Amino acid sequence: MASASAPAPAPAPAPAFEYAPAPESRSVVDIAPSYGLFIDGEFTDAADGKVFKTISPSTEEVLSEVARAGAEDVDRAVKAARRAFEKWSALPGSERAKYLFRIARIIQERSRELAVLETLDNGKPIKETRDADLPLVAAHFFYYAGWADKLDHAGYGANPRPLGVAGQVIPWNFPLLMLAWKIAPALATGNTVVLKPAETTPLSALFFADICRQAGLPKGVVNIIPGYGEAGAALVEHPDVNKVAFTGSTAVGKAIARQVAGTHKKVTLELGGKGANIVFDDAPIDQAVEGIVTGIFFNQGQVCCAGSRLLVQESIQDELLESLKRRLSTLRLGDPLDKNTDIGAINSAEQLARITALADTGEAEGAERWSAPCDLPSSGYWFAPTLFTGVTQAHTVARDEIFGPVLSVLSFRTPDEAVAKANNTQYGLSAGIWTEKGSRILAVANKLRAGVIWANTFNKFDPTSPFGGYKESGYGREGGRHGLEAYLDV
Amino acid sequence: MSDRLTVLKTYKLYVGGKFPRSESGRVYEVTDSKDKWLANAPLSSRKDARDAVVAARKAFGAWSGATAYNRGQVLYRVAEMLEGRKSQFVHEVTHAEGLSKSKAADVVEAAIDRWVWYAGWTDKIAQIVGGANPVAGPFFNLSTPEPTGVVTVVAPQESSFLGLVSVIAPVIATGNTAVVIASEKSPLPALSLGEVLATSDLPGGVVNILTGRTREIAVPLASHQDVNAIDLTGADADLARDLEIAAADNLKRVLRPQPVDGTAADWSADPGTHRLTAFLEMKTVWHPTGTLGASGSAY
Amino acid sequence: MPTTAPAFADATASDGALRRFLHGLPGVDTVGLEARAASLGTRSVKTTSKAFAIDLAISMIDLTTLEGADTPGKVRALCAKGANPDPTDRTTPRVAAICVYPDMAQTAKEALAGTGIKVASVATAFPAGRAALPVKLADVRDAVEAGADEIDMVIDRGAFLSGHYLKVYEEIVAVKAECGDKARLKVIFETGELSTYDNIRRASWLGMLAGADFIKTSTGKVGVNATPPNTLLMLEAVRDFKAQTGIQIGVKPAGGIRTTKDAIKFLVLVNETVGEDWLTNEWFRFGASSLLNDLLMQRQKLSTGRYSGPDYVTVD
Repeated sequence: MASASAPAPAPAPAPAFEYAPAPESRSVVDIAPSYGLFIDGEFTDAADGKVFKTISPSTEEVLSEVARAGAEDVDRAVKAARRAFEKWSALPGSERAKYLFRIARIIQERSRELAVLETLDNGKPIKETRDADLPLVAAHFFYYAGWADKLDHAGYGANPRPLGVAGQVIPWNFPLLMLAWKIAPALATGNTVVLKPAETTPLSALFFADICRQAGLPKGVVNIIPGYGEAGAALVEHPDVNKVAFTGSTAVGKAIARQVAGTHKKVTLELGGKGANIVFDDAPIDQAVEGIVTGIFFNQGQVCCAGSRLLVQESIQDELLESLKRRLSTLRLGDPLDKNTDIGAINSAEQLARITALADTGEAEGAERWSAPCDLPSSGYWFAPTLFTGVTQAHTVARDEIFGPVLSVLSFRTPDEAVAKANNTQYGLSAGIWTEKGSRILAVANKLRAGVIWANTFNKFDPTSPFGGYKESGYGREGGRHGLEAYLDV
Repeated sequence: MSDRLTVLKTYKLYVGGKFPRSESGRVYEVTDSKDKWLANAPLSSRKDARDAVVAARKAFGAWSGATAYNRGQVLYRVAEMLEGRKSQFVHEVTHAEGLSKSKAADVVEAAIDRWVWYAGWTDKIAQIVGGANPVAGPFFNLSTPEPTGVVTVVAPQESSFLGLVSVIAPVIATGNTAVVIASEKSPLPALSLGEVLATSDLPGGVVNILTGRTREIAVPLASHQDVNAIDLTGADADLARDLEIAAADNLKRVLRPQPVDGTAADWSADPGTHRLTAFLEMKTVWHPTGTLGASGSAY
Repeated sequence: MPTTAPAFADATASDGALRRFLHGLPGVDTVGLEARAASLGTRSVKTTSKAFAIDLAISMIDLTTLEGADTPGKVRALCAKGANPDPTDRTTPRVAAICVYPDMAQTAKEALAGTGIKVASVATAFPAGRAALPVKLADVRDAVEAGADEIDMVIDRGAFLSGHYLKVYEEIVAVKAECGDKARLKVIFETGELSTYDNIRRASWLGMLAGADFIKTSTGKVGVNATPPNTLLMLEAVRDFKAQTGIQIGVKPAGGIRTTKDAIKFLVLVNETVGEDWLTNEWFRFGASSLLNDLLMQRQKLSTGRYSGPDYVTVD
């Protein structure tokens, strides 16, 4: 700065305003070197002794070694859940409610620990786990806690009964939030649960097991069995499972639909998507840019309801793309534990390979590729925020779910064309509409074949609001009053 | 038992988040079920009632504007704080209502659970009583409940705590603010509840608790033009009619005393939702949806 | 500099044209704007970047006294403080300007001689702006003649809110002419009175079209002054204006910014909305008074490792 004798008031010298590293402390979470399966209130090894390693996708560091459930373990877990069901379902709703309220409060208390853990195991930025995942997780338990003693008022007739044992298989993109979406309504309605977290992100579910212990939840009500696809398949297939809830890929969803055919199992599937984010020429442009960024780069685009297709009215396309690129250039990619990181790591080598392959296809098919200028760390799995312009309905990147930070930009001329293109997909999970004109929002929303429509916002979630898809994005709704139906014998 | 002389508590009103004495400077003797002196309670005046309405009105904007989730958290927090002070309330209810210790404990536990029940309603009532209406035309049409405003609550005379909680919680769960007239004969649990509310993240003024002669306080509140509704639960038949007539002046919403079989309402029964819906307004919004283009084509 | 950017000459041809232009600007979604500002408010600025930000913020302050009770003594004290904010640490940068009423401009000018600190003077019947144009222009002339380097004018909010945009425009043009090449012009919108974000965006463009060198949120005399969302919105406006005309306009949030934490949030908004070009006191200012001492205490904390207290900074 200025010399001691004559401090200068003049324009400050211009080193850039770089933010110093601001890492969230890792010491708030204590990860054990190994974890067992959580069955009947106890941590236990897999019957065949198998284990697998879970790593931090941002550094490839091994975080812990986790027992890998097989068919025999699935059977043990289902039996434990069955044993627990009779008492659990017979409890007055007000007592079940209080267990869930306890869980919600303990999650709030331990939320920083869980946020750091989730960031380590998943690779997503601490900003997101801290400000989105964890608050939503606690809120979800809080919301369904309140339903436990109000089921008579939920619109399913008097005294609706639970189904029994719920087999639940969840993905790696929002590990703890997906757990909450599955377990909270199941327990509130009086079911017991066997849940299989994804093989790349088992840790937060195992920490949740400890929260169940702190809450005094009766043993066997919640069982957590980390493992791979074969454990999930065994769980779905188990004859004593009454309810199957799955969130994941459409391919696996279809396999599950075949597996349960001919049984009495109730099924909900929350699958892939190729959400259209439709921007009209009278949109609030700066907020639309933010919404596009949130829509596709939240959680590195590894979001089933991502707005992965940008449909922009041709008259503002150039202006919008310029703003979008400028904005993308300010995204900060890097250490997920840094509080200033906007874009974290891709969850696994496998997922990175898939994103890379689809992006390469986009290029090979003639779409124009643009990536935000940013340095990728040397270890871990990373993919720079990427745009494809000049995309048409015929391009693979406009049709296939990429599940990564890749946005395909298409244009339209009229509202009819926007709707036709938005609906021209096998999926139907989400869509966005950006316009200042209310009647256009409602008219377009009416015509869109998707389960969640965001207008002048994107990627908003709330426990009171049902979520789920049309068409090959699955069936059933999670969240809200509607989310109870999936766990009731109605 | 030691010979130590206990420190007696000075019971005070709870208004606007503070603990004032009655502006009148008056108190009255509160006795237990065997007429033994327990404490002196503030004998509120009409000016105390007026101050309470001002406080409740001031608190209404923020409380009704808070998210339902936030209100649910606050109500649950009340349950948490009460659980920690259970023995105090068991003690007070035992004296106030002449119950055995174990019966009083049941009552207090039911009151705690009642807060939990209503904590869960804050973000669900709109989903039960509101909803989309399929009007025959190109319109989006949605009905949503909103709190009615400042509610005067004449608390039950006999059930000094469970009854009290059962009439306060539903009023504030939906975003109303309350001016509560405690049981005339057994006001102490209500005044102690004020101390719990003050430490439960509940914004000052959302609940205001007055003690004294029910008629003296209720009459000016029933005719107060800035009060939107009145719950007559604790008023006897004569008073209830008088208050309802006064309330008609600005068309206050009135919740009449529920018909009771025998001596007292059964406050331990399933409370249902009528106490929530009694103090809600229903707002319906119309908005055109129209068609996509001038041609009216549906693409 | 041309009075109106040539690219938009048509827009100011008539009241109707100006109205159509301003109402044709993209709308602002309140929830989205506020969410973006809040999200940038979570940036964590620590250690070296915090030290950088604190010194930058100090150098951007228009240290202000705008009271009926102002005296030459008070103004001289403030000037001394601005020139030497922390007597215990001579590396502390000076503030950008001292902001006073026109009748104090000369006092400030004399007190600041040789420091390089600018004299900013409010004018045009600040803060209400309720006076006839000749009176406002006389006010400006007074200030400029007394040595003001910068004029902080208020717009006629009554005219703006009643839709007489051209009147507001012409008044700014007239004041700008009065400033000539002697003083830079800051145009205060009083965003708290304009009330809506759409209005703030329109006022920003109106001010820029009329030749403002700076656009400024508020007088500090009403309930709502500078906020992160309204400043973010104005930053977006100057960004877009530069993209379309090549002309750079400064931004000055004023009023209500009292802590280092607040100030750093505003600098983050600048950094991530318009970038380095604006990260200098040529183009970004804070209208503030108590902010300076908080920045100084934080600065002392960074250099000593101890939390400082109000007895270790000077009262002004």
